[in-house]
Order: sequence, then structure tokens, then C-alpha cells
Amino acid sequence: MNNTNFWIYLLIMAGSTYLIRAIPFAAVQKRINNQFIKSFLYYIPYTVLAAMTFPSALYATGNVIAAAAGLFVAVIFAIKGKGLTLVAALSCLTVLIVEIMMKYIA
Amino acid sequence: MKDYNRGLKSGVPIGLGYLSVSFTFGILAVSYGFEWWQAVLISMTTLTSAGQLAGINIMLNPASYIEMLISQLTINVRYSFMSISLSQKTSPQFKGIRRWLFGFFMTDEIFAVAVSEKEVSTKFFAGLTVFPYIGWTLGTLLGAVLGNILPEMIMNALCLAIYGMFIAIVAPKAKESIKLFAVVMVSIALSFAFYYTPVINSLSSGLSICICAIVAAVFGALTFPKKEDTANE
Repeated sequence: MNNTNFWIYLLIMAGSTYLIRAIPFAAVQKRINNQFIKSFLYYIPYTVLAAMTFPSALYATGNVIAAAAGLFVAVIFAIKGKGLTLVAALSCLTVLIVEIMMKYIA
Repeated sequence: MKDYNRGLKSGVPIGLGYLSVSFTFGILAVSYGFEWWQAVLISMTTLTSAGQLAGINIMLNPASYIEMLISQLTINVRYSFMSISLSQKTSPQFKGIRRWLFGFFMTDEIFAVAVSEKEVSTKFFAGLTVFPYIGWTLGTLLGAVLGNILPEMIMNALCLAIYGMFIAIVAPKAKESIKLFAVVMVSIALSFAFYYTPVINSLSSGLSICICAIVAAVFGALTFPKKEDTANE
């Protein structure tokens, strides 16, 4: 990776992420009452994460079937209310098991 | 000191979780062609999962600076909401320079723990940030350095960890609220459509994620406006 590019990108990424966190924290003293903005801000974290996960995650492991199985397991355990770490670990484990099964059994 | 130690302790599970997720980030970054120190530096200065993941995708293209900015603002706008929400619960001393300093550490999980406090003191928040920051940095380093040593099959499997964490954040909330479930489904449907439609799928992934997420959230805000105070959700 080109070094100049990297530093500019890093500055934009770290700087914007910092400012978007710190400015409202330091500046805002009163509650937002605009219902549309409140609703939009409520939904946006979830729509971002959902759009980042699907369909990209299906292609993250190099094996679509194993990834789909891993995501399915993640959804099941997440719905059961298991923590972030456990859900992440189980989804990885599922991918590994399915990949091994496909390689040595099928 | 009591508050600081209590915060420190509350941060341990977050730190452990971050260790595993940032391990994946380290692996991914190196597999994309980044140096180990670049991956670690990104984690130390940015401290966010989704933003960094989108960020390294965009960094692969030369000079997509505007796209980087737009994608970071979109993905991270949720932090503004969290910061606003937490600014209502801080102790009287937690002001000015302290907010500028500790605002850096406003992640989903740190926010979630802090906001469940009755009142957030500077010391508690300071303690709370320690282990998550160490975990995020150390995990990235380990992933970037050890990632190459691990067998390919295990590395492939670990690439799903970060997505597993995303699902663990979204799915329980979507189960509680049919409205949120519908909005999330709209976002996913759009994302699939963008991914498989010719011409549109030549858009970079960072940009198409932004568009899908904003459209779905606007749809949600118009169709299912939140009436009650959602600051604690």
C-alpha cells in the first residue's frame, strides 16, 4: 500500500470517527426532540450492520455454504440472547466444522 | 479510585470480546496487503469495528477520500447519538476537556455499559475504557502477526467472527421489535439487490452500504417513527 495514501486515509478515518463521537459529547447539553431525526438515529446502527453483513459475509470465508451455516448459527444463538463473544466464536466454529466435513467426508 | 476500579472491572468482558474480533480485523487487514503496524495503527486511532472494516476496503482503491469520509460518517453516525445520549447522564465534573478526551472511546459496547449507570463519573468512564482499548489493540496485533501462521482453514473460519458480532448486536433487538426487524430486512434486501444487480454492483461496497443503510433508516423513520425516548436502546 502506498504510504502517502495510507496516512491521508488514516487521518480521514480516525479524524472523522473521533469528531463524530467527541463533538456531540462535548457540545450537546439538551435532548433532541425532532422525532424524524430521533427515529433515523435509532435505526441507522442496525441498518448499517445488516447491510455490512449481508451478503458480504457469505463470501468472507471462501466457502459460501460454510459461511451460510455459520451465519445461521450466529442468528440462532443471538436470538437466544447469547453474548457477542460466544456468538462470534460459535459462528467461526461452525464454519470450521462444515469446511472439514466438506473436505474429508463429502 | 473506587469508581475507577469499578469501571476497570466492567470493561473486562468488553476487552475479551474485542480481543477476538480485532484479531479477525488484523488477519483481514494483512490479507488485504497492509503491514502489521498499519493495522495496529488503524485500530489504535480509530477504535471501531464496522468503520475500520469498511475503511480498509476503501483504502484498497487509490484516492477515494470523499468516499472514505462519507462511509465513515454514515457508519459512525450512531456514535453521535450515543454521545448525545450519554451527555445527559454524566456527573457535573465530566465536562469540557474531559469530554473531548473520553469521547474518543465511545464504542457501542462501552456506551451500552456506561449508559446503564445512574450517573457516569469521569473516573468510572476512564476505567471502563482501559481493557477494551488494550483488547482492541492487542487483538489486532496478534491477528496481523499470527494470522499468517494459522492454517488457512482456521483463518477462513475466523473471518466470520466480526460478522457474528454484528449479528449478535442486531438480532436480539430485531426479535424484540417487529418494526426494527422490518427495517433491518429492508436494508438487507437492498444490500442483496445492490450486490447482484449489474452496473449498480460496480459501486464500491462502502458506498452501497451507506446508501442501503440510509434508505432503510429513512424508510423506518417515516414508516415507524419512534414515539418514546429511545436514548437507552
